[in-house]
Amino acid sequence: MSTGELKIEDLHAGIPGREILRGVTLTVRSGEVHAVMGPNGSGKSTLAHVLMGRPGYEILSGTVTLDGIDLLSLPTWQRARAGLFLGMQHPIEVPGVSLVTALTASRPEIEPGEVGADAGAGDVSERMRSEAKRIGFDERFLTRSLNVDLSGGERKRNETLQMGVLRPRFAVLDEIDSGLDVDALAAVGRRVEEATEEWGLGVLAITHFRRLLKVLKPDVVHVLSAGRVVATGESELAEIVDRTGYAAYTGVGP
Amino acid sequence: MRERLFTLSTFAPETAAALPGPPWLRHRRTVAAEAFASTPLPTEKDEVWRYSRIDSLDLDRYQTPVSPDLTATDAHGPPPSDRIRALVDGLGPRSGLIVTVNGVLATVASDVGDDALAIGRMTEHDEAEVLLGSIATDPTDFVLLNDAFAADPVVIDVHAGVTIEHPVVVVHVITGAGGDAVFPRTVIRGGPSSVASVVEIVVDVEGGLLAELPTRGASSVANHAEHLVVPVTEVQVADGAELNYVSIQSLGPATWQLAHQVSTIGADAGLHSFAVALGGSYARLRTDSALIGTSGTSKLRAAFIGRDDQMLDFRTLQDHRAPKTTSDLLFMGAVADRSHSVYSGLIRVRRGAVRSDAMQTNHNLVLDEGAHADSVPNLDIQENDVRCSHASTVGPVSEDQRYYLESRGVEPEVAERLIVAGFFADIADQVPIAGTRAMIGQALADRTGVHGV
Ligand SMILES: Nc1ncnc2c1ncn2[C@@H]1O[C@H](COP(=O)(O)OP(=O)(O)OP(=O)(O)O)[C@@H](O)[C@H]1O
Ligand SMILES: [Mg+2]
Repeated sequence: MSTGELKIEDLHAGIPGREILRGVTLTVRSGEVHAVMGPNGSGKSTLAHVLMGRPGYEILSGTVTLDGIDLLSLPTWQRARAGLFLGMQHPIEVPGVSLVTALTASRPEIEPGEVGADAGAGDVSERMRSEAKRIGFDERFLTRSLNVDLSGGERKRNETLQMGVLRPRFAVLDEIDSGLDVDALAAVGRRVEEATEEWGLGVLAITHFRRLLKVLKPDVVHVLSAGRVVATGESELAEIVDRTGYAAYTGVGP
Repeated sequence: MRERLFTLSTFAPETAAALPGPPWLRHRRTVAAEAFASTPLPTEKDEVWRYSRIDSLDLDRYQTPVSPDLTATDAHGPPPSDRIRALVDGLGPRSGLIVTVNGVLATVASDVGDDALAIGRMTEHDEAEVLLGSIATDPTDFVLLNDAFAADPVVIDVHAGVTIEHPVVVVHVITGAGGDAVFPRTVIRGGPSSVASVVEIVVDVEGGLLAELPTRGASSVANHAEHLVVPVTEVQVADGAELNYVSIQSLGPATWQLAHQVSTIGADAGLHSFAVALGGSYARLRTDSALIGTSGTSKLRAAFIGRDDQMLDFRTLQDHRAPKTTSDLLFMGAVADRSHSVYSGLIRVRRGAVRSDAMQTNHNLVLDEGAHADSVPNLDIQENDVRCSHASTVGPVSEDQRYYLESRGVEPEVAERLIVAGFFADIADQVPIAGTRAMIGQALADRTGVHGV
């Protein structure tokens, strides 16, 4: 099991003319699960995309490192190869490109011991089948166009499957629970939880609901509000938020 | 200057008249040549030539093959070259083969009895005089030029009620150092209630893209031969007949093509055509498809990829002339580098063609800043009780799709290639003749694969 960290320091970012993240600082270590909660529009998905390098966002200041590598200076695909994975809130349709094709292309030669591939490197389609089984995802989706005509829950399983195949060092999972039925939620949560043990995956799980966090047990919970981490605590924080909402936090800050 | 009467000596009526053939054919050529010579050349000001490069066509640069010796290449002449043989064999089993070289018949072979299928030299067909020009009935500009200078038209005649299992393959080989005007002419008749498939390939044997397939990996010599290729294909799908027709254009990068595919579809008949355009400097394909019998259907498909400075130009007409006819057109293309594509299509539903259903879709991917695609849909609906729809898109590779793939660790060049291949995946599955599917898929992949890598 490897150790390392995804370290976000005083990150300010946004879209041209608007600062959305206004100083985010947090560190996820290998094997840890951090939950990020926060009201709609507080910047959770923005954080996820800024980490992954989505076009359209600009970094104003701050740093992000993955095992010491300066992520923000890398193009998206190299961030992924460095071991970052993003399970998107709204996975994008790619007509005519199947999961098999995409994942085969994403890792042309997986070497045992390579960053992010240190456990169970093997035939990609073999791994896809075994990952599909673990989360109860029908194999016929493997050869269909990515996300095209998939239901909301199927898309989230699809994202989870990719995470399992790619074996990243750190995974940002943006509302991986939304759209999942009860059984799928349990299976997906369990899969991610197991990954933290199997290869020391570090997780930043963005969610609105504590349901997920009952399966995927967070070591740390952060509340993001108006682009800042306004509270950080242990798993009870999720319970408090669940009970009382965000009112107590949204007023925090200058 | 372009409006002046035609005075070029190369394409003069006397030259057309001097081509070999029976008297009726020589007469036909003379009439066509005179008609061509007495009408002005089209210009880009003409609506159907808008966006084209027709103003830079200089007919003086080309010469017709001077009185080809047809007796030297009789119907059982020499076998095609190894490369053409390999190309044709790559298509899998076939029922018949026709090879022309620079417009003159070189090979004919048929595995099906004469009573079911007649293929070969048009002038040897009993009904030659009726068949030639039976579909392309009102020739203008370059159809006239083909009428005048097609040295050796060929025919594929599927007799009534016959089902031909494997496709008939027609290969028009263009060869030589350049400067030749070549006029392939093919007439396909699917007799009443027949079922057949035809693959027609126009290939520059030295520089065409498909010609490289059999020798992939070997370094190919750049081909700068400039030819003018003016193919005309007439397709008749008689009542109750089904015809699959795949055409592949694989010309050299300096060659001009002005092609016409003209079809009529009878009652309860169906045409499923698929055109692939790969090569050429300026390569135009005009597709006119008329539904002339009740409940006839046409499914018209095309896929194309432009590269370098080439221009691929498509004009289509879905002409509904009978009740309850259905046409479904989908043309999809990508333009890279500084290439340019044009799609201009017209749906015409004539009075009386009640309960007709017409669909026209054109999607274009623009892969580079210097590339450009025009898409111009048109409707001419003269009847009330009809359904018509058209859709067209022109745009770059989706930034979101690119981001999604790259976020999985796919390199940008590979991501783009996958997205472009994905763009064509659906239409590539619709290639009607199974044996051509792999070749077309490969040709499209090769053509995108080079891009940016
Ligand atoms: N590309 C963009 N263009 C314009 N506005 C954006 C863009 N991305 C984010 N925003 C805005 O920034 C704010 C934060 O959005 P973000 O999607 O990060 O919120 P979120 O915390 O993920 O919300 P939710 O819980 O609803 O998913 C919102 O006001 C949103 O409208
Ligand atoms: Mg969000």
